[in-house]
Amino acid sequence: MLKTLMTSAAIMVCAAAATAQTVGFSQIGSESGWRAAETTLTRQQAEERGIDLKFSDAQQRQENQIAAIRSFVAQGVDAILLAPVVATGWDSVLEEAQEAEIPVVLLDRQVDAPDDLYLTAVGSDLVHEGEVAGQWLVEKVGDRECRIVELQGTTGSSPAIDRATGFRNAIEGHDNLEIVRSQTGDFTRTGGKEVMESFLQAESGNEICALYAHNDDMALGAIQAINEAGLNPGEDILIVSIDAVPDIFKAMAEGDANATVELTPNMAGPAFDALEAYWEDGTMPEKFIQTESTLYTQDDDPMAEYEARKDLGY
Amino acid sequence: MRRTFTRVLPQLLTLAVLMALVTLFFPQFLAVDYQGGRLSGPVIDVLKRGAPVALLAVGMTLVIATRGIDLSVGTVMAITGAAAAWAIASGWGAGTAVLLALAAGLVCGLWNGCLVAVVGIQPIVATLILMTSGRGIAQLITEGRILTFNDPGFAWLGSGILAGLPVPVFIWILTAVAVAILMRRTALGLLVEAIGINRSASALAGVNARVLLIAVYMASGLCAALAGIIATADIRGADANNAGLWLELDAILAVVIGGNSLLGGRFSVAASVLGAMIIQTIDTGILLAGFPSEYNLVIKAGLVLIILVLQSPNLASEWYFLRRSLTQRREPKPVPSRVKE
Amino acid sequence: MLLSIRSLSKSFPGTKALDAVDFELKAGEVHALLGENGAGKSTLIKCMTGAYRRDSGQILLDGQPVSPGTTSEAQELGIGTVYQEINLLPNLTVAQNLTFGREPRRFGMISSRAQRDMAREMLAGYGLDIDVGRDLGSYSVAVQQVIAIARAVSLSGKVLILDEPTASLDAAEVRMLFDILRDLRDRGLGIVFVSHFLDQVFDLCDRLTVLRNGCKIATEAIAETDRLKLIKHMLGRELDEATEEERRKTTAPHEERHEMLRFDRVGRPGTVAPFDLTVRRGEVIGLAGLLGSGRTESAELLFGVRAAQSGQAHDEAGPVDFSNPRAAIRAGFGFAPEDRKTDGIIADLSVRENIVLALQARRGWTHPVPRAEQNRLADDYIARLDIRTSDAEKAVGDLSGGNQQKVVLARWLAMNPRFLILDEPTRGIDIGAHAEILRLIHQMTAEGMALLVISSEFDELVAVSDRIIVLRDRRHAHALVGDEVTADAIVRAIATPDAAQTQTRGAA
Ligand SMILES: Nc1ncnc2c1ncn2[C@@H]1O[C@H](COP(=O)(O)OP(=O)(O)OP(=O)(O)O)[C@@H](O)[C@H]1O
Ligand SMILES: [Mg+2]
Repeated sequence: MLKTLMTSAAIMVCAAAATAQTVGFSQIGSESGWRAAETTLTRQQAEERGIDLKFSDAQQRQENQIAAIRSFVAQGVDAILLAPVVATGWDSVLEEAQEAEIPVVLLDRQVDAPDDLYLTAVGSDLVHEGEVAGQWLVEKVGDRECRIVELQGTTGSSPAIDRATGFRNAIEGHDNLEIVRSQTGDFTRTGGKEVMESFLQAESGNEICALYAHNDDMALGAIQAINEAGLNPGEDILIVSIDAVPDIFKAMAEGDANATVELTPNMAGPAFDALEAYWEDGTMPEKFIQTESTLYTQDDDPMAEYEARKDLGY
Repeated sequence: MRRTFTRVLPQLLTLAVLMALVTLFFPQFLAVDYQGGRLSGPVIDVLKRGAPVALLAVGMTLVIATRGIDLSVGTVMAITGAAAAWAIASGWGAGTAVLLALAAGLVCGLWNGCLVAVVGIQPIVATLILMTSGRGIAQLITEGRILTFNDPGFAWLGSGILAGLPVPVFIWILTAVAVAILMRRTALGLLVEAIGINRSASALAGVNARVLLIAVYMASGLCAALAGIIATADIRGADANNAGLWLELDAILAVVIGGNSLLGGRFSVAASVLGAMIIQTIDTGILLAGFPSEYNLVIKAGLVLIILVLQSPNLASEWYFLRRSLTQRREPKPVPSRVKE
Repeated sequence: MLLSIRSLSKSFPGTKALDAVDFELKAGEVHALLGENGAGKSTLIKCMTGAYRRDSGQILLDGQPVSPGTTSEAQELGIGTVYQEINLLPNLTVAQNLTFGREPRRFGMISSRAQRDMAREMLAGYGLDIDVGRDLGSYSVAVQQVIAIARAVSLSGKVLILDEPTASLDAAEVRMLFDILRDLRDRGLGIVFVSHFLDQVFDLCDRLTVLRNGCKIATEAIAETDRLKLIKHMLGRELDEATEEERRKTTAPHEERHEMLRFDRVGRPGTVAPFDLTVRRGEVIGLAGLLGSGRTESAELLFGVRAAQSGQAHDEAGPVDFSNPRAAIRAGFGFAPEDRKTDGIIADLSVRENIVLALQARRGWTHPVPRAEQNRLADDYIARLDIRTSDAEKAVGDLSGGNQQKVVLARWLAMNPRFLILDEPTRGIDIGAHAEILRLIHQMTAEGMALLVISSEFDELVAVSDRIIVLRDRRHAHALVGDEVTADAIVRAIATPDAAQTQTRGAA
């Protein structure tokens, strides 16, 4: 975090020298805390770099996003950030941007369009996130037998599929680790709690060694379920999840959760880096810029992480 | 009492068969443990987890009895939950939070009721307005995040234990009993049924259809508020995006499984809450049985379909004819009076 | 034999509605189907036309066994039916209703112009001047009835069945209908005709069949029977004809009676021109007029169903609020509406609940009528009005049409109002119950209740009314008092453009 702050401070100095650039940002909406944080961080990053950010909230509708992009093109912005709500149907509007010679950077999600229509895409590798979580667990349990329960994301969604795959990749070959139950908790706290309750009933609590949740919210719900069942989350049952929302750090500080893998909401940082290089001397970035999937554990001063994140709008 | 029993008999039978079915896949389903002053076991989970839908179904039963429908209840859960969490986060204490949530539920119901009864918008459209816009209101309250709190008093409403049982179980059972008594010991039940069957004829007979309609939607809002309180207290946080999401559909389903007609009229609160328990048994059963989650919805839809087909009035008359033609040869017995579905 | 029914039986839970009934219809005859309320006439018709499934029995059409499973199958066999409760779709236009199921098409699409033309053609000859493009529901029951008849006539290749088609028609329309039916008969159709008006039966029909309690009692040629014999077949006993024919004896000249209510200049533009009305204790006021003359609308204004835009009401105690039905009920009014299906009964509620409904609504929801009292009221009125039902808990919708009408009456009698408005109170009621209801009216007025009775049957009006107000073109045009109250006078008052004595002052 500190590092990002420092680099961005450095860049700010350079950027201030150049004329202020204008960037349009078409955001999906504010359906989750993570997305709210992404919006906050994008605004922060733009401000730090002296970029004039035009923000448009599409309220989950592609029509709104397309309209927003057209209006950015008409206003002649210097670049467009797009967090696409769906994967298809972008070709023509991206072509319009290309004809106007405005570079487009995709944030966080991919589109089904020829990759020459956009400058680059910034995102995290969902499979990799699962792998990081799995690796942590493999190292944590060592040779012990470990029966794992898994709280999946919404059935059929790509984070659910990829995070499941990554985790399985990581524990493959470690025969002492076994996923005994796997069920969807729909990425919600209520879902996590309810499904965890049923896991505890079905597997009789003390035989579960670890919980892998596809997001922190489900883990937080599950922690309550474990507590209410009279067990000690974080000790009796190890808990690893993905996202790194503020509340999970609080739970880690209290010893209830063990580890989380960050899906950084700071997609704008790398995007602006790439854009600045492109504006400077036309440097073409890679077509996919992978954000880091940092692992945080109880040893990483969770309380400080909590404080740093709690005002981002999660 | 006996009439109520014969009315809910199909639902009781369905529930029994379902529980037997779940036991096949998960043998310890009926096991109940007692330790540390609390009962625990899958059945207790069903009773507790079914609380929100059961509460929504109580209000929905009344609304449907008037030939209406309330699509906004899931959203009202989110709004009231957010209001409660906000009150606690602002340091107002659990009591105020509960009152604020209930008041918010009443206001939502008043809004729906006025749109339906005064403005004259069709119920499905009128409540759709709040259903779609209400989450925005909830998000304004929570500022788009999951508003968490740590108030043991309020959390007790969601996950506390009273006399060995989870508190939500008491809340829904007491609400259902109170509403049923209110409807049947006063004339409300009759009047509600009358306006649901024939509003214009009822109005000509002097029934105050407008006030009754508003009252019924307010009751639904109040039930949704209770459900919202439980859901929020349960996870110690108000999740404006997900609280009560799609639960209006489960509530409607519960009412229908309870044998109440969507065309209004005769209703049974008891049957509706049994319907809610049937749905929850299916949900919990699926979780316990450990099928891959891709099958959840298919299994649920299949079971619900079977239940509804078995309960359909057409089939009932087929059975009546079948039985008659089988018994016709024998001494003509007095025909049993028809159980109104 | 065109249509033969052999030993048809049908039971409902708790009732044996038809017990091995035989029925024969010849080509080229009009065959009356008669019987008390609840005798099974409508049920027989529904079983014949596939609306109900029969338990047993055979149906032969042209000697071939047929078994229509639905009403549309019956139509395909050439059987057109008008059911007692009109089963058209009120939210479709008249034209759509008339052409339903065989819409004229152009290039595969329904052509609404051709549809309207076809509808107008079907209605030609019924003397109905209406816009076929408007929703059916916007027309009165009578108009809907004529439309239902027109539709059935056009569908009936061989057999036409009419279940109480004349219940809401006035004399002129009945004459017109009969002309059409005679014409169809002469063209070889077999027609089944249900009615409680014996005069019409003697006028139109060739043969008749009487049902009683679900059993066939007799089939006879009209020429070989007479009124008394027929009534005996229907009721199973003799009717005291004196009751039926009795002309109401005024106990006191009507001016001397105590004035109870006075309505001044009550009206609503486009509905009824402002009129005055004085109601005296114990009197019966008849409202006569043609269809669409504003009879029902007048009643609705007085009961607040439609808010009056002008006028007020007074009684001894001062002004009376009648701006809506609840206020009117508080003021001691009652109103049994014309269309029992949509405005009268609550079909799924029991007989008991229907009877106590108005009483309960007046007491308020916090004061439920005790169950014992409910049962007492229900049993009392079931006995007094001879409501044929297996028990008080039967759903009203499962009662026969005439018995539903009695339940609506019972609801208002249970309220004991001081001013009761009855719109077509005896519609669909059998001859025995008819006499019974007229007797009840006498009894109630003797106790001081005032009545406003609307009826298309002038004889009935004459029989009960102390005075009669004749409406014409949505105006209260004429009043008949005392000896002037005769059917002829009514007919004359309706026909003459402007008779001398006008009740309305300066009505536009
Ligand atoms: N759907 C039903 N369910 C139960 N009972 C019914 C149903 N329909 C009719 N009945 C009963 O069958 C009997 C015959 O009714 P039906 O309607 O045939 O009488 P009806 O001769 O047409 O009388 P009305 O002159 O009053 O129209 C009545 O006792 C009635 O209560
Ligand atoms: Mg009938």
